[in-house]
Amino acid sequence: MTELRKARVATASLAGCFGCHMAILDMDERLIDLMGKVEIDRSPLTDFKKFTRRCDIGIIEGGCCNEENVHVLRDFRRNCDVLIALGQCAIMGGLPAMRNAIMHSDEPLRECLEEAFIDGRYIRNTTHNIPNDPALPLLLDEVYACSEVVEIDYNIPGCAPTGDVIYDTLIKLLAGKFHGFERDMIRFD
Amino acid sequence: MSAFRFTIDGVEIAAEEGQTIMEAADEAGVYIPRLCDHEGLRHQGSCRVCTVKSDGRSVAACTQPAAPGLVVENESAHITKLRRDLVEMLFHEGNHLCPICEASGNCELQAMAYRLDMTEPTKFPYLEPCRAVDASHPDIALDTNRCIACGRCIRASLDVDGKGVFGYIGRGIHRRVSVNGDNLADTDAAITDFAISNEVCPVGCIIRKREGFATPIGEREFDKALIGQDIEAKRDD
Repeated sequence: MTELRKARVATASLAGCFGCHMAILDMDERLIDLMGKVEIDRSPLTDFKKFTRRCDIGIIEGGCCNEENVHVLRDFRRNCDVLIALGQCAIMGGLPAMRNAIMHSDEPLRECLEEAFIDGRYIRNTTHNIPNDPALPLLLDEVYACSEVVEIDYNIPGCAPTGDVIYDTLIKLLAGKFHGFERDMIRFD
Repeated sequence: MSAFRFTIDGVEIAAEEGQTIMEAADEAGVYIPRLCDHEGLRHQGSCRVCTVKSDGRSVAACTQPAAPGLVVENESAHITKLRRDLVEMLFHEGNHLCPICEASGNCELQAMAYRLDMTEPTKFPYLEPCRAVDASHPDIALDTNRCIACGRCIRASLDVDGKGVFGYIGRGIHRRVSVNGDNLADTDAAITDFAISNEVCPVGCIIRKREGFATPIGEREFDKALIGQDIEAKRDD
């Protein structure tokens, strides 16, 4: 006999805008029902910075734009049985990936930072330096989708996904009955 | 003109000589997905999203004439996978960022992805090209990052408007849609052209300035119904 217990869920926001975490709250009163089935471990919602134990489901918002994102994502993959990419940024890079299209010169990152902090027409940067504090995570050459860094098990599309689609998917996953989305629930915006 | 019948996925379709498979299917209320074809424009057969198996051969339904007794396969798992691959490659070839695009919800490429269940990231690489935005015209902007080179604007401008504002340049993967001049302001394009109307550009490349968010996200054409449901509603069985 396996002991019935609540599923442990962890969440993180990488290169995202926290909109997908807001969308989790869009489940509204269904959150009460959901909390009867899950407990939240590492997450901005609990403010736990580390995993207290292995989790069943990890929910990732946002892609990877810096080395800290990659570190967190790998940590989630190591500590979660099932990993879900939530929203377009986690699935395909999203808005931050706009910078990839301008990254075709020899030193794209340098050019990008110089325009942002030194050369840009509307810059008011009295130090004339690119921020370089050791506490700042280094930017990656490009923005990567989560599936380019680790294996992702499920993707919930949307920007942000609706509370409906998140609730529906989680409930079906917890019951072991998730077999893809209804066509009219798929949205990229 | 002689009338005859053929079948699509086992459904009997009435057709007349000279009709393409897609024209007959549209009349009968059977939707065949398409991107480069548009009602009122010359058929081109270049996007291949309308590929069907006709008596076992892969053909573009928008250009292939219907024939008596044809057995056409339209929404089988094999054809749907092929179409999804084509649509995914279109997403990877340009810069199609739905969350920042004002055409989101009205975009046929996006709507096709919804219809074909494109929810997973693919193994294709993103080409992430660096393409220019042409905002020179006072009423129209072109964001060619989103162009899928369907050529609908080319045919609309040439055949309907009688202008020839747009045309293809380059060959193979370098083939792009370009304007007949240094930029759009250089051409005789006007906001009243059919080529500039909302129905011609299937994506968010041709932008009518100052109209973008008149209809909010979530209340747009393909938020309300899957692409092709208007045609499927005509079916009488």
